[in-house]
Amino acid sequence: MTSSPEHVAPEADHADKARTVLQRVADLRAWLFLAFLILGFEIWSRVSFGGTFLFNPFNIQSIAVFAVAPLLLATGQTFVIISGGIDLSMGFIMGLAAVVAAHVINWATPGMGLGFAVIFGALVAVLVAAIPGLVNGMLVAFLKVPPFIGTLGMFGVARGVAFLLAGGTTVPVKNEVFAALGNSRLYGVPYIIMVTAVFVVIMHYLLSQTKFGQHNYAIGANAQAARRAGINIKWHLLRLYVLSGMCAGLAGVLYAARFSAGAAQAGEPLLLDSVAAVVIGGASLFGGSGTILGTVAGALVIAVIQYGLVFINVAPFWQFISVGVVIIISVLIDQAQRRFSGGRQSE
Amino acid sequence: MTATPLLEVRHLSKNFGPVQALSDLSMMVRAGEVVALAGDNGAGKTTLIKAISGVYQPSGGEILLKGKAVSFASPQEARDQGIETIYQDLALADNLTIGANIFLGREPMRRAFGILPVLDRAKMAEAAKSTMALLDFHVSRLEAPVSNFSGGQRQAVAIGRAVYWNAQILIMDEPTAALGVPEQRKVIQLIHQLKAQGRGVIFISHNLQDIFAVADRIVVLRRGVRAGERRIAETTHDEVVKLMVGG
Repeated sequence: MTSSPEHVAPEADHADKARTVLQRVADLRAWLFLAFLILGFEIWSRVSFGGTFLFNPFNIQSIAVFAVAPLLLATGQTFVIISGGIDLSMGFIMGLAAVVAAHVINWATPGMGLGFAVIFGALVAVLVAAIPGLVNGMLVAFLKVPPFIGTLGMFGVARGVAFLLAGGTTVPVKNEVFAALGNSRLYGVPYIIMVTAVFVVIMHYLLSQTKFGQHNYAIGANAQAARRAGINIKWHLLRLYVLSGMCAGLAGVLYAARFSAGAAQAGEPLLLDSVAAVVIGGASLFGGSGTILGTVAGALVIAVIQYGLVFINVAPFWQFISVGVVIIISVLIDQAQRRFSGGRQSE
Repeated sequence: MTATPLLEVRHLSKNFGPVQALSDLSMMVRAGEVVALAGDNGAGKTTLIKAISGVYQPSGGEILLKGKAVSFASPQEARDQGIETIYQDLALADNLTIGANIFLGREPMRRAFGILPVLDRAKMAEAAKSTMALLDFHVSRLEAPVSNFSGGQRQAVAIGRAVYWNAQILIMDEPTAALGVPEQRKVIQLIHQLKAQGRGVIFISHNLQDIFAVADRIVVLRRGVRAGERRIAETTHDEVVKLMVGG
């Protein structure tokens, strides 16, 4: 065998430590935001009321309960955004699920008893929520409709169906077990927080440890490469949008449990919060990056801002401004990071 | 030189409706041999490699792999038989690690705590390290996404993926076109490595310097037919250019 006269191997790889550390910091930015916010509110609280903000269990619990529904939407949204799409229909799918859960539990309680009716109603609501998700998936995967438009259409459909089923009003639920699910605690921890925590852990596992999650990242970065590698993109997208519909379904069930009522507009203000949580959590709207842990931090940042500003007696409208500013800062960091890591060539 | 060629193409033709993109083309690749495909735009180079890699079904002629006639209904089938095509855009997921790219679509799993199936990242990193070392590229950033690597290194990743899955024939479409000069040399070096490992390489290039640096033979196409074939040791730039432009 002839060996080449000019032996120019690819240069030995040298890890750039400073760069890696900076990247880590940028990846953790949502948690840093959260820490700064909590620190800020803590100082404010001590200075003006002489009391603690963070170490008050009531505050922590309120923030967590506040974060439940946006976080559930945001976990599904994280998957969709990583794949390079967006799901605008989640808010009204949540409302639809809340209304369906309310109706089904009311209908089933006399026959099945309190507990089984709740389980049955919750299952039906989540399955019903999967239907608009399935339609979204078919539109995006098979009919090549851009996700923004397809899910915007489903936003309207789910909204209309939810209001029709609710008869234009809220549907009260008469079931003590359901009310307990939404409002009772075990060892001081509300049930809905436990359910959410378990669900978020499962979603984290799905995204970071399974082929489904890995393919989701690959499709978001380079769908062509994913297809050439033999990944069935259509099937993946179909399952993806069903998953996000079911996340919204679970959020709707927990909402109905908390208020003992199903309301079509339950998720209306939460959709944009969910997108914001994902973006603050470090995902890129161009697809290919993001984590569930980041999204958890993003959802907590929003909840802390909303609750904290009420706590320190600031006019509630400041929430919008603060969340908006955090989103913009977050996106700016993402852009800077992108330029920083993309601009480097070896020579 | 008497051994059965790794790949042989006999009288291959392909037409798209009335357009004859390729006619009566024959060529072969032996183990450890690098064959360059050259020709002007529209000469049929891309049609030829697409027919070999299963993207197109040829209209006539046959393809023999190690002496046996084969036909591929899809690129996946060609890949299963050891023919891997590396396109210019490399088809890498930039946000994933080298290991994850090597295993994209066929990720290895292990069981955490004996029950829970999880991605076997250790295995992927290990395979990345050893495969890239075969190509003389010693990686330490096994956790870094491939976007952090240079153009030549990324080319090495794309080649490494083919090597890991035991490709016997690598078809490379303009592997050096998008690279700077030092990076081009690295890719030429990679092709030398593949040759030394006894694999067959077909590469399309417009760059005669690259062709003369690494190829054993050159097949020149012009308007869908073979304009000529030369051993690199016995030809010159001028002769090849004449073959390409005709005259």
